[in-house]
Amino acid sequence: MLAGHLPKLAPGSGAVSRRRFLIGAAAVGGGLAVGFRVAGAADSPVQAQAPFAHVEMNPFSAYLTITPEGLVVVHSAHLEMGQGSYHGLATLVAEELDADWSQMRADGAWGNTQAYGNLVWGGAIQGTGGSTAIASSFDRYRQAGAAARAMLIAAASSAWKVPKAEITVENGVLSHPSGRRAGFGDVIGAAAAVPIPTDVSLKDPKDWKLIGNPNLPRIDSREKSTGRERFTIDVKLPGMLTAVMIHPPLFGATLKSFDATQAKAVKGVVDVVSTPRGIAVVAENMWAAMKGREAVTAEWDDTKAEKRSTAELAASYRDLASRPGTVARDEGNVEAALSGAAKVLEATFEFPYLAHAALEPLNAVARRTEDGIIEVWGGHQIPDLYQATAAQVAETTPDKVRLHVMKTGGSFGRRAVPDADVIVEAVSVAKALGWRAPVKVQWTREDDMRAGRYRPMYVHALQAGLDAQGRLVAWRNRIVGQSIVTNTPFAGLVKNGIDVTSVEGAATIPYAIPNLRVELTTTENGVPVLWWRAVGSTHTAFAVEAFLDEVAEAAGKDPVAFRLELLSGHPRHAGVLRLAAEKAGWDRPPPEGRFRGVAVAESFSTFVAQIAEVSMEGGRPKVERVVCAVDCGVAVNPDMIRAQMEGGIGFGLGAIMKSQVTLDGGAVQESNFDGYDVLRIDEMPHVEVHVVQSTERPTGVGEPGVPPIGPAVANAVYAATRQRMRVLPFSRAQGV
Amino acid sequence: MVNLTINGTTHAVDADPDMPLLWAIRDLLNLTGTKYGCGIAACGACTVHLDGQPVRSCQTPVSEASGKAVTTIEGVGGQVAEAVQAAWIKLDVPQCGYCQSGQIMSAIGLLAENRRPTDADIDAAMSGNLCRCATYQRIRGAVKEAAKTLGA
Ligand code: FES
Ligand code: FES
Repeated sequence: MLAGHLPKLAPGSGAVSRRRFLIGAAAVGGGLAVGFRVAGAADSPVQAQAPFAHVEMNPFSAYLTITPEGLVVVHSAHLEMGQGSYHGLATLVAEELDADWSQMRADGAWGNTQAYGNLVWGGAIQGTGGSTAIASSFDRYRQAGAAARAMLIAAASSAWKVPKAEITVENGVLSHPSGRRAGFGDVIGAAAAVPIPTDVSLKDPKDWKLIGNPNLPRIDSREKSTGRERFTIDVKLPGMLTAVMIHPPLFGATLKSFDATQAKAVKGVVDVVSTPRGIAVVAENMWAAMKGREAVTAEWDDTKAEKRSTAELAASYRDLASRPGTVARDEGNVEAALSGAAKVLEATFEFPYLAHAALEPLNAVARRTEDGIIEVWGGHQIPDLYQATAAQVAETTPDKVRLHVMKTGGSFGRRAVPDADVIVEAVSVAKALGWRAPVKVQWTREDDMRAGRYRPMYVHALQAGLDAQGRLVAWRNRIVGQSIVTNTPFAGLVKNGIDVTSVEGAATIPYAIPNLRVELTTTENGVPVLWWRAVGSTHTAFAVEAFLDEVAEAAGKDPVAFRLELLSGHPRHAGVLRLAAEKAGWDRPPPEGRFRGVAVAESFSTFVAQIAEVSMEGGRPKVERVVCAVDCGVAVNPDMIRAQMEGGIGFGLGAIMKSQVTLDGGAVQESNFDGYDVLRIDEMPHVEVHVVQSTERPTGVGEPGVPPIGPAVANAVYAATRQRMRVLPFSRAQGV
Repeated sequence: MVNLTINGTTHAVDADPDMPLLWAIRDLLNLTGTKYGCGIAACGACTVHLDGQPVRSCQTPVSEASGKAVTTIEGVGGQVAEAVQAAWIKLDVPQCGYCQSGQIMSAIGLLAENRRPTDADIDAAMSGNLCRCATYQRIRGAVKEAAKTLGA
């Protein structure tokens, strides 16, 4: 998703003071809303996002609302797409508020960049990605909880005519030794009138009851286990129509003409309209739209379309990888060290395009209300951007756009898309219909898989040199692939010709190597790409950790011991590696018929080591067990951390074993889960997660579980077969 | 018009006979707990019960469902369903939750027939249900937990 480097867009913006804040409170519908404006965030000079900053159309945007019934509704700055951000932010508020966990609720907030701007990215735009939800919101949501608590106490104190200091709050109840008690809902009217505290103190970590509690039930498990959770696909509005799209058959092709006569004769089809992103078949329901789509004929102009196959692209990438690129990191003299080395190793790794393939295919719902407000329901992962884009398409101003932030059936980065694809489609179709009805644009699985936005294809060519004593003295890593940020509002991530998201994990290799060079050749082609869960580290960590294993073997060293020797300057990498090795019993041989591999990687400032144990079944590896150690600073929700490591391992494992998007003549070959294969339950290993106890500031866990699994498994497969897995997915390689 | 009996109630729906049960349930009867994920019986998100048997509603035309008892996630009940849903909540199985209606329908189908499923039984019954969040370890755990409740 959005890279963890975004602060680098805006030098100095990280200096937003967490101490300086103004608190704004307002009574909303009888509830108490508490909000903070982070002073300084407004000053962050993020040039790329300037048009989207400071949109404040919702004056009541805030961090929490307490309802008269005593519910505490946390308004999350971060999208809930499965990773548990609502749960996490509710934990932070409930902790400081001393609320009862059962009274906590959460929903999605937007429209107040000063309140919701992602502080890890510099604060000037709201967004979810780069595993930043907790890191960005750890302080402000706790402060909001503490401020609300202080206001509730002040209200009870004047109602009861007792000193504030004598009032205690526990499990959602205010009480006084005299026996007086009140729920939050009982005092909100008075609390809303309380002068806003200018200073609140937060709990000492030793007093936390909810933060760090491994048994806190996830806030939305019940809805999600009963079919009651609502996603964008479930949005129903009076008179709503459903549209399916016909996208260009090749990337870059444009519409010449279409004939919808037959389609319009299909029962239930209402209209067929053209939009800047393709043809839309609009119908009374999804099935009618799908049937209508079959009956549309269209002609496309493919003069400017991408027509190469992935095999051709890969061949050109391999060729580029044999030549120097732009230098991303350079230490010592790598060429001299390589030519003077006693032993030189070489390997080339190939990574395919990957689809996100979240289980809920992309969708959005749009309508214009009678008073001219454009409403958009969707998985708004970058709300400020989508608000501005929807306004542009509707030819209105952002203050006339109202978003409804829905939970999504996954995303893995796909809903954080700078061109706001499906949102543009929903608004365009509603507009093309003259705003006569609300419109849901629902992609089919085939659309979702073929319409682009993939993890880019990459090739890594590596060389390493060992001296006569087996010490690693030289390391050269040439990386070839597309940039995901060029020509987007995030283009500021390209510095001196280097897209940091292309080289993260490779240029930041933690190992002490005296002569080290990392080079990047950025390719351009017509295939639309995007961040995909763990971004650059999905390929860099594989190349680095798999190749390092080759180097360790050539040096005659144990892979864990070899890494530890080179990690003396990186205690947190070393810490997770030691912990995983200890828990996996690395110092003892694996059980009969099992083979082990190890990898460690940092992504988004979270450190993860994994040891994979595989067996071979009919020439194919089966991952039986994964021992995972994670250091993400303070563990806010230990069970969510475990869940994200389990999920990240399963997600990453399916990809490295089986997933790829291929092109033939520019056309995407895979269209559904029959051709685009992902992990299923019978392939899920037993995963054990060990969370490092830490007092460091918390960092994210949505993505960092992904990078180590590929190389850990590849290294284990080598232990089993003596075959190095350098071409992904493994299903492409011979013998496996 | 096709008569569909969903969760014990019979509805006359204005659907072509070839309309998949999935879209009739979701779009015509407004029961949205059953999800669309692939439309080709490859993901399991649309799993419902037809006369008690798990089926993929995206590949079941309404003509085939007519005259049979369709149960969706909204209509499940009884000992097995309660045990399964309680286990799902206890183990905090869902992440995004999108696949979970289908997972639960498949799990209920499994446990209704087999109260002591082995790992292999679970794999066989559940491998048609994709979870892109890869909650598989907890799904396996929750099926076993539910089996334990039912055996107790
Ligand atoms: S939607 Fe029916 S199996 Fe995927
Ligand atoms: S919980 Fe997200 S797809 Fe299963």
